[in-house]
Amino acid sequence: MDPLIQNLYGVLTQVQGFIYPNEAELHWSLLIVLYPYITGLVAGAFILASLERVFKVKAVKPTYHLALLTALAFLICAPIPLNAHLTQPIRAYEIMITPHLTSAMAVFGFVYMWYLMVVLLLEIWFDYRRDFVVWSNEKTGIMKWIYKILTLGVTDISENALKWDDKLGRFITIIGIPSAFFLHGYVGFIFGSIKANPWWSTVLMPVIFIFSAMVSGIALVMLLYMLISLLRRVSANMECLDTIGRYLLYALILDFSLEALDQIHRFYEAEESFEIISLLMSGKLYITLIVVQILLGTVVPLVTLGLLQVYKPSEQKRRLIYWMDSALVLIGIFAMRWNVVIGGQLFSKSFYGFTAYKIELIGREGFLVASGLVVLPFIILGFLLWLMPPWRKEDGREYLKA
Amino acid sequence: MPPQIKRLALLFTIFIGCFILVRHFLVPKSFGKYGHYRADSVEENKSAAVNYAGADVCTGCHEDIAKTKADGKHARIACETCHGPGGKHIEDPSSFKPNRPKGRQFCGMCHAKNAARPKAIPQVDLEKHNEGMECYLCHKAHSPKIR
Amino acid sequence: MKNPRRNFLKTIATITGGAIAASVAEPFNALLYASSFPGKNVKGGSWYGMGIDIDKCIGCGRCADACKKENNVPREPFFFRSWVEQYTIKNDGEVKVESPNGGIDGFKQSVPDEEVFKSFFVPKMCNHCYKSPCVQVCPVGATFETRDGVVLVDDKYCIGCRYCVQACPYGCRYIHPQRKVVDKCTLCYHRITKGMTPACVEVCPNGARIFGDLNDKNGALIKFLKEHTCLVLRPHLNTGAKVYYNSLSTEVR
Repeated sequence: MDPLIQNLYGVLTQVQGFIYPNEAELHWSLLIVLYPYITGLVAGAFILASLERVFKVKAVKPTYHLALLTALAFLICAPIPLNAHLTQPIRAYEIMITPHLTSAMAVFGFVYMWYLMVVLLLEIWFDYRRDFVVWSNEKTGIMKWIYKILTLGVTDISENALKWDDKLGRFITIIGIPSAFFLHGYVGFIFGSIKANPWWSTVLMPVIFIFSAMVSGIALVMLLYMLISLLRRVSANMECLDTIGRYLLYALILDFSLEALDQIHRFYEAEESFEIISLLMSGKLYITLIVVQILLGTVVPLVTLGLLQVYKPSEQKRRLIYWMDSALVLIGIFAMRWNVVIGGQLFSKSFYGFTAYKIELIGREGFLVASGLVVLPFIILGFLLWLMPPWRKEDGREYLKA
Repeated sequence: MPPQIKRLALLFTIFIGCFILVRHFLVPKSFGKYGHYRADSVEENKSAAVNYAGADVCTGCHEDIAKTKADGKHARIACETCHGPGGKHIEDPSSFKPNRPKGRQFCGMCHAKNAARPKAIPQVDLEKHNEGMECYLCHKAHSPKIR
Repeated sequence: MKNPRRNFLKTIATITGGAIAASVAEPFNALLYASSFPGKNVKGGSWYGMGIDIDKCIGCGRCADACKKENNVPREPFFFRSWVEQYTIKNDGEVKVESPNGGIDGFKQSVPDEEVFKSFFVPKMCNHCYKSPCVQVCPVGATFETRDGVVLVDDKYCIGCRYCVQACPYGCRYIHPQRKVVDKCTLCYHRITKGMTPACVEVCPNGARIFGDLNDKNGALIKFLKEHTCLVLRPHLNTGAKVYYNSLSTEVR
């Protein structure tokens, strides 16, 4: 028997109440949970980088380049779950040539291209161009040519040229901030604009997505910074970590407030879908929502990071707390994406019952592919850090000031 | 103008130019004629195969059955409602015969007692009404009367 | 040394402004969309719809069966272009809804007579909305409303993103397991454009399904609408549904 049909017969045994017959098949699977998670990390890491570049928060400087490269590594991986999910992946190019402008999903191709090429790649290029020129002169063989190509043929490293690098880089970062919001906000709009689904349909959805993205991106950079410092056997700058922790707290407060507002509003208005959604939250989503997303992923980091602003324990204790909190937040935001995407499909649009999601282990949308996609960005990041190591840079801007 | 902007402007112009060129060849010819879709698809949807022929076509060959049916309670029911699609039978009558419904469950689909069924339609409790017997032994399907 | 409080406020303002700007930009697409019902009241053009008389539906399931046979829909119980639901409202107010294999194998009464307050059958299908949310969200233009009011799928263009499946409030779309594109009721477009009726209407033994042209002032569907008090499903979602139900009870979703 076809594996899909077999899976669906299994789902049928777990249906509770009544679902429309076509709702047995859950359409947006684990891969669609992954996509907003990945673009959220991209947007969040970029915002952290822009904190230093645009808002002159000097303390987070040690993570500036790491944040940019992290954003790039994850952005490269972002289209993969989307393409793997399509039932006709070979036709995916249609979204670029005939985008239906009333569809939020249609903007994906262009927003992605814009963000990749105009924002991220350009910002990294403006920042690293001087180093590409220097490295292309230092190295020999194939590496020499790779760095030469990366300079795009612009090898002028006079003070004037470097000033332009700095100016243009800053300009791109400023454009990049609303671009990052758009890159991830449109995903929130994709869900928020589906009037057929009351779990998704809320004005707050794009805003909630953006803020949870910032939370996850900041946590990721914090975790990676500590991890890479550990691997390089250097000490992660404490002032930097404390500052990132503070911004993580602010973002968490905003994110928690928005999600709480959404739930309070839903509870208060108690409109048509209220009963089935309450059953959903206390039943099928209990573990992923109440325990993982809210308790472990939001409340624990909020309380611990909040307390750190008042009581300042020893450096070692604070490092441990940052390790724990960044990991918890990352898991919590993944759970949030799960609860939004899968949760919204678990209850029937008739509001009379529930279907079930049976994850396959193998197969294009299975657990193994999803795990691979989570690991892939880190491999790409490793390659990027090898190709363009931030710690071997002579910072063009500091060179200017000297 | 700084060299960076000159080089980037060139590269982006080439990229956008290539994109527009490729797009021109990839967009299907009939796209956009009536709206944001391939106009040819309307014709493609129209050309799907027809499987249910319609009661009038059956009457063309089976006049006698049609006459019997017209006098009974099943007069307004189409032939294919019970016998299934007749399209293939019309193309090649000898090699494809429509279904001949058998079994109590089949008649029960309309006539089994169910609180949801309008009272206007005659209903029986299949478990009690002449249990085990074929319906056609007492009722003629084309003109249901007790024989 | 710049004022840290001012920096903080600047940061928050930019972030909030950026977020609001991003979420404001998108919805203007909807304005472009709302102005296009080409076929409605066009002289000489058709504007197809359906009427469903719940008082007449006997729940035989022949319509769901004929639909699958006419359109080569897979027989497994997960893929339906049209199906029938059985509603049983108990005396204590509980609503029980069932649709075993879409009604193709018939229905059994699952609640004893003495507990039943009301019970009826409701046939379901694509509502061929003229403000269709499924058409609105298709990213490539693979689903569309024809000028005569039928919502169709271009199976050579669909990429299978499933956005339309999520957007349909009526649950009438599915992914065809073999053709790997979205499929749904086409109002038997290949039949109605040849002067025939949809397969479900053809086989309905009691005349519970009425097919017609809403532009035909003397036609069967307009007559049905005039003589009955009809409702559409999910009216608050403003989909422009063109399947009109007579005797639609409040429990039906």
